[in-house]
Amino acid sequence: MLDLTYTAPAPKVIAGAKEDWELVIGMEVHAQVSSNAKLFSGASTRFGAEPNSNVAFVDAAMPGMLPVINEFCVEQAVRTGLGLKAQINLFSAFDRKNYFYPDLPQGYQISQLYHPIVGEGEILVDMGPGVGRKVRIERIHLEQDAGKSVHDMDPNMSFVDLNRTGVALMEIVSRPDIRGPEEAAAYIVKLRQILRYLGTCDGNMQNGNLRADVNVSVCRPGDYEKYQETQDFSHLGTRCEIKNMNSMRFIQQAIDYEARRQIAILEDGGTVDQETRLYDPDKGETRSMRSKEEAHDYRYFPCPDLLPLEIEQAWVDDIAASLPELPDAKKARFVGDYGLSEYDASVLTAEVESADYFEKVAAVGEDGKLAANWVINELFGRLKKDDREITESPVSPEQLGGIIKLIKAGDISGKIAKELFEIVYTEGGDPAQIVEARGMKQVTDTGAIEAAVDEVIAANPAQVEKAKQNPKLAGWFVGQVMKATGGKANPKAVNELVAKKLAQ
Amino acid sequence: MSIDTETAARVAKLARIKVEDSALPALAEEFNTILGFIEELNEVDVEGVEPMTSVTPMRLKRRADVVTEGDQQDKILANAPDAREGFFAVPKVVE
Repeated sequence: MLDLTYTAPAPKVIAGAKEDWELVIGMEVHAQVSSNAKLFSGASTRFGAEPNSNVAFVDAAMPGMLPVINEFCVEQAVRTGLGLKAQINLFSAFDRKNYFYPDLPQGYQISQLYHPIVGEGEILVDMGPGVGRKVRIERIHLEQDAGKSVHDMDPNMSFVDLNRTGVALMEIVSRPDIRGPEEAAAYIVKLRQILRYLGTCDGNMQNGNLRADVNVSVCRPGDYEKYQETQDFSHLGTRCEIKNMNSMRFIQQAIDYEARRQIAILEDGGTVDQETRLYDPDKGETRSMRSKEEAHDYRYFPCPDLLPLEIEQAWVDDIAASLPELPDAKKARFVGDYGLSEYDASVLTAEVESADYFEKVAAVGEDGKLAANWVINELFGRLKKDDREITESPVSPEQLGGIIKLIKAGDISGKIAKELFEIVYTEGGDPAQIVEARGMKQVTDTGAIEAAVDEVIAANPAQVEKAKQNPKLAGWFVGQVMKATGGKANPKAVNELVAKKLAQ
Repeated sequence: MSIDTETAARVAKLARIKVEDSALPALAEEFNTILGFIEELNEVDVEGVEPMTSVTPMRLKRRADVVTEGDQQDKILANAPDAREGFFAVPKVVE
């Protein structure tokens, strides 16, 4: 496999009132496992159901109910770990994280503090062609989601829906290797892309299926390198955790605000308190969640309801063997096999559906670069205009491949190809048949083109005189000939003939 | 490890159990007795012994990823002190 090489981007530097500062960011991403049933019950995970209709007794913490683990959720966590080149722990165990909140009926969340199922891995965060940040993953553990509280339905009451209670989450914890707001957003983009390739999480941020807690601290230039050398956190500043972010834009805004807030405190001679904060997008600022502070004493202990989770290496190997080609490998292959630019390869591999579509077009049309141009410029542009996804494209890859084949064979000009694309997009049909039936074939027959050129020249003697003085005016004749032939004349042939005739 | 009344009060608060101040010294004392009892276990040498996680040689039971439960909103809400429009209704909790 061909590997692309990357250089690390420069860290973001924020100029304070007195000196320069750098950012250090670590992320905890909660990714909802794509499964039918919950982590420990047989209730559905379907989004948008009637409140409290996807709830089993164990989710509602009814006395005497016992959790039974969903094996598919375990498999998805292992698959995710393998996709992040991480160590898979054949022995893991569940712990109780104790806290009180109305949407947590058990009074504890079942999680994996001491023995997570996945250990260290890494993600290459793309920051543009040839530039990438390697972010280390510390661990991934499986845990239960909490329910949902609705605060705006009644002035005095909060309403609780337990449909989400007990849905399986993967908490993906990074090392503090992210060095700016843009990198943080790019990290989420890349992680989401990998999860979607793997099929382990749908990555829907709007529905809260992917959300991030962002740890932010600031340090002086040079301190971070000392941390990387020694892995000693004392070289870094005190961090604050911004909870529950589910928008790329807000993540960046929150990090920027939070870094500047910390810098202002430090430059005033103060100290940053380690605390949990919430981002308020309306005000554009973070504020302390003081109520959460005491609750942070979670009194973890091993969950007595669940035996340790022991899995076999052979099972892990089977999952590894079924992994799809992942974004980095696919991108490198597109660059290597199709001769695409890294940028084009990135665009095409952003979603696995786009990548698959492109490959079919390239196979039918027998030209990778042309296929890439048409998919990226024409198809994506047209779909965007109609607010459609690639999976909803009215033009099939076979049809687009057919159009490319016609271009390659010289049967149609680029201009006609665009018209043909529009016809196929709106009306459907086989491109080759449409070209035949509607007489869209490019005229390469020089005799016919010559006749058209002669006609235009004969009809415009004044222009001919001008063009003889100023050869640049030849373009006007080319345009007239193209018009006369309904755009079907081979432009190259027309150019040559016009030049030749005018020179006579 | 010794538990003072302050720690006892904190543990009670975290567990959302109301304890009168006058009852705290006795509670702290009880904690200390329990911890003292457990500390006796430290006398046993467990060097090289795997922690026992179960008394029977059982594997963690798994379930298939199939929806088998749900659609019982009435039963789920049956014991709720207050429920409205399919939700549990609780005193306002806002961050």
